[in-house]
Amino acid sequence: SYLISFSFQQRIEIHKLRQGDNLILGFSIGGGIDQDPTQNPFSEDKTDKGIYVTRVTQGGPAEVAGLQIGDKIMQVNGWDMTMVTHDQARKRLTKRNEEVVRLLVTRQSLQKAVQQSMMS
Amino acid sequence: KIEPLKVTVDFLKVPLGLKKPPLKEALAALPGKPKSHILERHKARRSDAMDNESQYSGYSYKSGHSRSSRKHRDRRERHRSKSRDGTRGDKSVTIQAPGEPLLDNESTRGDERDDNWGETTTVVTGTSEHSISHDDLTRITKDMEDSAHLDCSRHLGVALGVALALLAFLTPLAFLLLPQLLWREELEPCGTPCEGLFISVAFKLLILLLGSWALFFRRPKAFFPRVFVFRALLMVLVFLLVVSYWLFYGVRILDSRDRNYRGVVQFAVSLVDALLFVHYLAVVLLELRQLQPQFTLKAVRSADGASRFYNVGHLSIQRAAVWILENYYHDFPVYNPALLNLPKSVLSKKMSGFKVYSLGEENSTNNSTGQSRAVIAAAARRRDNSHNEFYYEEAEHERRVRKRRARLVVAVEEAFTHIKRLQEEDQKNPREIMDPREAAQAIFASMARAMQKYLRTTKQQPYHTMESILQHLEFCITHDMTPKVGARYLTAGPTIQYHKDRWLAKQWTLVSEEPVTNGLKDGVVFVLKRQDFSLVVSTKKIPFFKLSEEFVDPKSHKFIMRLQSETSV
Repeated sequence: SYLISFSFQQRIEIHKLRQGDNLILGFSIGGGIDQDPTQNPFSEDKTDKGIYVTRVTQGGPAEVAGLQIGDKIMQVNGWDMTMVTHDQARKRLTKRNEEVVRLLVTRQSLQKAVQQSMMS
Repeated sequence: KIEPLKVTVDFLKVPLGLKKPPLKEALAALPGKPKSHILERHKARRSDAMDNESQYSGYSYKSGHSRSSRKHRDRRERHRSKSRDGTRGDKSVTIQAPGEPLLDNESTRGDERDDNWGETTTVVTGTSEHSISHDDLTRITKDMEDSAHLDCSRHLGVALGVALALLAFLTPLAFLLLPQLLWREELEPCGTPCEGLFISVAFKLLILLLGSWALFFRRPKAFFPRVFVFRALLMVLVFLLVVSYWLFYGVRILDSRDRNYRGVVQFAVSLVDALLFVHYLAVVLLELRQLQPQFTLKAVRSADGASRFYNVGHLSIQRAAVWILENYYHDFPVYNPALLNLPKSVLSKKMSGFKVYSLGEENSTNNSTGQSRAVIAAAARRRDNSHNEFYYEEAEHERRVRKRRARLVVAVEEAFTHIKRLQEEDQKNPREIMDPREAAQAIFASMARAMQKYLRTTKQQPYHTMESILQHLEFCITHDMTPKVGARYLTAGPTIQYHKDRWLAKQWTLVSEEPVTNGLKDGVVFVLKRQDFSLVVSTKKIPFFKLSEEFVDPKSHKFIMRLQSETSV
């Protein structure tokens, strides 16, 4: 027997929450092509300069939608997020005229895989 | 008994001598060996390339370095080249069976010897009934040592060298004077140009004199076992130069009574110029070539493993040996045989527990190696705790030494507080004023006991007599040194700081597989032997460095912060 670890992609739809003048999503991002990839605690490959979810606020829209800490965001509303700077990523997530963002995320999830294989 | 005899015979070796050392007569009584391997000896005789034990002894005598020895060597050199046809580079080996007498080379050669005397004297049989007793040898040795400076051969060598130098020096003057003396009336008058040339000859000769004095007339630091090739070369060159000039002079000028005096003077000036250039060549060959480091020599002392690395340039093996020895005396800590052995309690007889029984056929040789291997293997596997004992013994010894040393330091500090330098304004009556010696004696008593205990613990007591300690104290007091210097003196230092007796004879034997006048090459190994230990020297070429350039614009040093921001959205 051997362990299987694989990543799978998930589509997550977040409805932004209005707080005063801002629309917030309820999570924090880190990473980008202008950042230092070796400091990323969530990436498997330390040269990966993608955008990662570093924090998810409790009860916020992201958590409700199923986003988890450590997810790597691949696309936002169709825009690629694997080769963007940190600021570009932030801008794409916080467009004022969008109320819903659809993210394509990928997640290293060993637990899930083992659980699923055990259950089936 | 062979070993001490061998060593004392080494004393008697005369590397350059033209005359027989007196010992030869004494040893000539040894029975002559049949000429069974005279043939191979004859073949291998004059060649430098022999597997031999050459000799190096540290008498500082002029003949090592002066032109005289060069001249002398030059003579031998030419004899040698005549009698042999290019067998240099032969690696024929003379195998000396023990029990052989030394002196049959006398019978086959005339007055040229001494290389062979060196080669063949390394084995002195102690088994023949004609062998001399040790006392006789030591007596003769003493005489030899005392009379070393009066050795006729060396004087002869020096005289010859000086003669050549004088010849070279006086020849231009002779060239200038002879026409004046012999046919003055017929000479054309020669005005200003000649006078200019006279002045230049005078100054050039003066420069040559000073240069020769600076380069050649130094006390030699060593006896080399073999001819110094470059010196011999230079001697030959000078001789040939002078002889050829005389030949030309004799034929062209003396015979034909040349009337053009200016030509004669110019001829003399050209000789002086040529001599100056030979001197330049001497400087380059003898002094400059060896300066740029090319090899790294590693010298390891066989007794305790102390090793050092030295950088040298292009040198012959014998000169490299001298270099190593000069550095040995001030780099290596003094050889202390008492510190070498493991304490007896540690070295147990590990092998004694095993007995090997051989079953089966009696193939003795196979069995013996097989047996020893089996015993060693079994002993290695057996669990033994001697390393434990060794460790604890060492730790204990270390502690003891430190304690004694602490006591010594305190005692020395206290002792030094008892005296102080006399200032001008102090009024003391003359009885109380001491010179350094008396001051040293006065304070010695208070630290003697601690010092003695320390020396005994570190097993250094043979190296420091009371006299030497008092002298050192005197030295420290005279120069206002702190007590630390006095205490530091007692740690084991390099050999040269001890009294001459402790240098344990400057007698070293150079053992080399290649001829000792060969230059150093990568991988050459030679050994400098003494009675108790030897210095093994190995050569490595300094690597060739490829240095490349990289230009860095000072404005190009720019930096940014390492970013790892986290933004909440």
